[in-house]
Amino acid sequence: MKTNLTVNGQQVQIDVEPRVTLLDALRDELGLKGTHAGCEHGVCGACTVEIDGEAVRSCLILGVQCDGTEVTTIEGVAPAPGEMDIIQDSFCATHGLQCGYCTPGMILAAKTLLAKNRDPSDEEIREAISGNICRCTGYGQIVEAVRLAARRLRESNAAAVEAGQ
Amino acid sequence: MNEHAKPFSGRYVSSDRRVREDTRFVAGAGHFVQDIERPGMLHVALVASQHPAATIEDIDASEALAMEGVVAVVDGNELSNAVNPLMNGLDTPEVRRFPLAVGQNRYAGEWVAAVVATSRALAEDAAEKVKVKGEKLGYVMDPEKAMEADSTPVHPSHGSNVLLDRTFDWGPVEDDFARSDETLKLRVTWGRNSTVPIETFGVICEWNAWENVLEVWASIQMPKYADQIARALGLRGNDVRVYYDVDVGGSYGVKRGIKHTVLAAYLARKLGRPVRLIEDRLENMRSGDAHGPERIFDIGVAFDRDGTINAMKMRALDNAGAYAGRAPFQLGKPIGAIVGPYRINSVQYRAQSVTTNKAVQEAVRGFGQSPTNYALETMMDRVAEHLGMDRIALRRKNFIRSDEFPWEIPSGSKYDSGDYHAVVDKVLAQSGYEDIVAERDRLRADGLCAGIGIAACLEPSGGNSSFEPLLNPKNRTSTWMEGSRVNVDALGDVTVTIHTTSSGQGHETLAATVVGEVLEIDPDRIRVVRPDSLGSLPGNSPVGSRMAIMLGGAAANAARDIKRQISAIAAHSMGVAPDAVTYAEGVVRGPDGRTVEWSEVVDIAHRRFHDLPEGTNPGLTASFIQQVPTGVALPKDGKAQMYPCYSFEFHVVLMAFDPVLAKPEIRRYIIGHDCGTVINPHIVKGMTLGGIAHGIGAALLEEFSYDAEGHLMTQSFLDYLMPSSNEVPEVEIVHHCTPSPFTEFGQKGSGESGYLGAPAAISGAIHDALRPWNIHLNKLPIRMSAISDAIASAKENT
Ligand code: FES
Ligand code: FES
Repeated sequence: MKTNLTVNGQQVQIDVEPRVTLLDALRDELGLKGTHAGCEHGVCGACTVEIDGEAVRSCLILGVQCDGTEVTTIEGVAPAPGEMDIIQDSFCATHGLQCGYCTPGMILAAKTLLAKNRDPSDEEIREAISGNICRCTGYGQIVEAVRLAARRLRESNAAAVEAGQ
Repeated sequence: MNEHAKPFSGRYVSSDRRVREDTRFVAGAGHFVQDIERPGMLHVALVASQHPAATIEDIDASEALAMEGVVAVVDGNELSNAVNPLMNGLDTPEVRRFPLAVGQNRYAGEWVAAVVATSRALAEDAAEKVKVKGEKLGYVMDPEKAMEADSTPVHPSHGSNVLLDRTFDWGPVEDDFARSDETLKLRVTWGRNSTVPIETFGVICEWNAWENVLEVWASIQMPKYADQIARALGLRGNDVRVYYDVDVGGSYGVKRGIKHTVLAAYLARKLGRPVRLIEDRLENMRSGDAHGPERIFDIGVAFDRDGTINAMKMRALDNAGAYAGRAPFQLGKPIGAIVGPYRINSVQYRAQSVTTNKAVQEAVRGFGQSPTNYALETMMDRVAEHLGMDRIALRRKNFIRSDEFPWEIPSGSKYDSGDYHAVVDKVLAQSGYEDIVAERDRLRADGLCAGIGIAACLEPSGGNSSFEPLLNPKNRTSTWMEGSRVNVDALGDVTVTIHTTSSGQGHETLAATVVGEVLEIDPDRIRVVRPDSLGSLPGNSPVGSRMAIMLGGAAANAARDIKRQISAIAAHSMGVAPDAVTYAEGVVRGPDGRTVEWSEVVDIAHRRFHDLPEGTNPGLTASFIQQVPTGVALPKDGKAQMYPCYSFEFHVVLMAFDPVLAKPEIRRYIIGHDCGTVINPHIVKGMTLGGIAHGIGAALLEEFSYDAEGHLMTQSFLDYLMPSSNEVPEVEIVHHCTPSPFTEFGQKGSGESGYLGAPAAISGAIHDALRPWNIHLNKLPIRMSAISDAIASAKENT
């Protein structure tokens, strides 16, 4: 079935069987390997992407259901190759990862949180990532990363306002 | 022995530097096995057995073979005629294991056939159509029943279910029991769980017939992986090429899919096309053969009224599952720290490993040490309870003192260094222990159950696998080496090699940091690469918390060799003796103040043979193979020097729960940690926090439970529950550094930290909370329901 959607700012058409999940469509049809499969039954959050501003498990939604939506995957987060955005850089600053397998999903979950809540409490951060299982880190440095990213985003916004942008 | 009276202070080692691997992962640019596409690749789905034990009389694959895209169906008969049994390490020739069941299966879910098709979905559809005919056989799930003489043998030709039953007597155990004021017995059980990485195991094999090479990409963390593939398939060692640049999505010991690999390799050769086998979550949990220890401990302890522990008898009965796997040896590692941090004079240890009709065990973080520590620390709590003594005071009384190192424990291992009393003091001071006690009492006054848990334990690290020769005298292993190479290229840039895969441990950062430290150059300028196995130096992969010690040692020593070569070349060009020059930050200075720059040395080494000192080879390169420090001999008289380094950790945890709902909540978690010199603080912190999260899972949530019919009940993430960010609290880490005298910078291992003490500490906190009812919950995990049931029945009885 032909489905039209926007992925990382680009209009694409995928032609997939109705049973194919968005996760598989992204990985196999579009070659976007940064979205990972962990359980394929909606529990671990490794497959998290952003659809129309919400964090969504791409293993629980079919490719054909995404017609007309706007999808952001981890490949769409960095402004340019070799250049990290503030959230990615914050994960590196606090070492909010180890094996990196849950990381794309974590970053997308953090990104949707910070788009809605500029100054989340630790509790809100923990809640926002509670559907994303990380077996490596014990979450401490992930919470620190999101906390740091929130502060830096606020500061960069304030600076932008000051500069009259 | 290096001199490290004081902690090492370096320019890069221990400094707050980023972990270089993180960059590619935050960009989603990791290179995981699932991301690799090979032209013409085929996919495997598995046919799983439906019963815990049944004969395999006939496999009818005709319907499957007729389906779209299906290329082949292979069963255990075909496979076992073509490949050798998988290595087991024990001397039990009748306990044979192949990737697919042969003749009969031995646990529910065991693979009986493999279906190969052009896509995984088509292979799965076809696997459902394969018909397996056979007769149900008797089975046994319980390890104590499996020990009984009339029990159904899982491997009939082996004659019994006993894989290993060895008793060690270290020191005058009976005398010490006789002379002690008191004795006490306890039984505790460690439930079957595992580290369950978010990435399942996967492998791609491709046979290159023109070069006679098997190419392997895998999500692997396994010593001697390439050798084992070659042995199983009857290939030469140099016919197997494993790509070490595949990122592994978490392992913590378990990513050792040798059975998957041998199967995929056989299929790839047979079919002449690349074959990919990636577990789905069900396969991973039910039949990936990656469960951890399941262990019953019976302990007797002899002590005096003042709290001095004199002797211990420990019997550990481990339920290996259907095949030996790594289960028996996971009873061996704890021998290297069998008394924990305590000066116990004598020990009797009986290690028993039995087969049952459960899935197979793999190495799990700590390799059996975490269950043992849980047993030891529960023993300490019970002794304190019996004597009415403070739990911390009892531990302090029995700790080995800092001036007593190196300290040889009864089982023959020497602990390198430590200052356990100092770590405890620091934790109590920095955490405000009195406030924690006051908080517990306040919570109790509010009607909650509240308790404090205490655990002290060791992390043995960097060993040479001497539990293998100890438990199997035919095994003569006395090295567990690791290699690294440092090259300085013709432009003067430095590249270091690693000869293994990594699964999040930050080995690239480790190697760059230590080489930068030795050469006094910015680690960010150093590239780290991973040649494939055919281009590699010998190594043993990141097991046993060894890489800081072993890869750190190898890379540092190779860099030291480079430094020596640079100094010699520069000295020669100045016409002075090599020992007359000094090296600093890449520049060599002569006795008269003249200097020779790095670039000049590089030019001489790469272009001007005529300017090299006599007998010097051109090029600037050095390899170093690090032997395990202190690993000099085979075990003798049932004793072994097992590990060079011993890290220490001390946990304090405050928990509270409602007596009716009993949902345990961790209010404070403090860990004191001493792993010697820390190479990268971010990495060590992450290991510790991640280990504690695993420990919380093992203590409260995670278990592979089987029903009475022999079926695994917890086979998805919906029923095998793992801690989320809601269950893992913020953890406070208190650092201490007692350098190891045996390593390059004084570093020790930290890959298993946190996990080794957390289960004991949490169990201790729950028991402290349940003290009013004098309840003992002697099995992990301790579920909410177990707590509330125990309180309810205790209330009824009072
Ligand atoms: S893979 Fe989608 S939630 Fe686990
Ligand atoms: S970083 Fe490995 S699972 Fe999160």
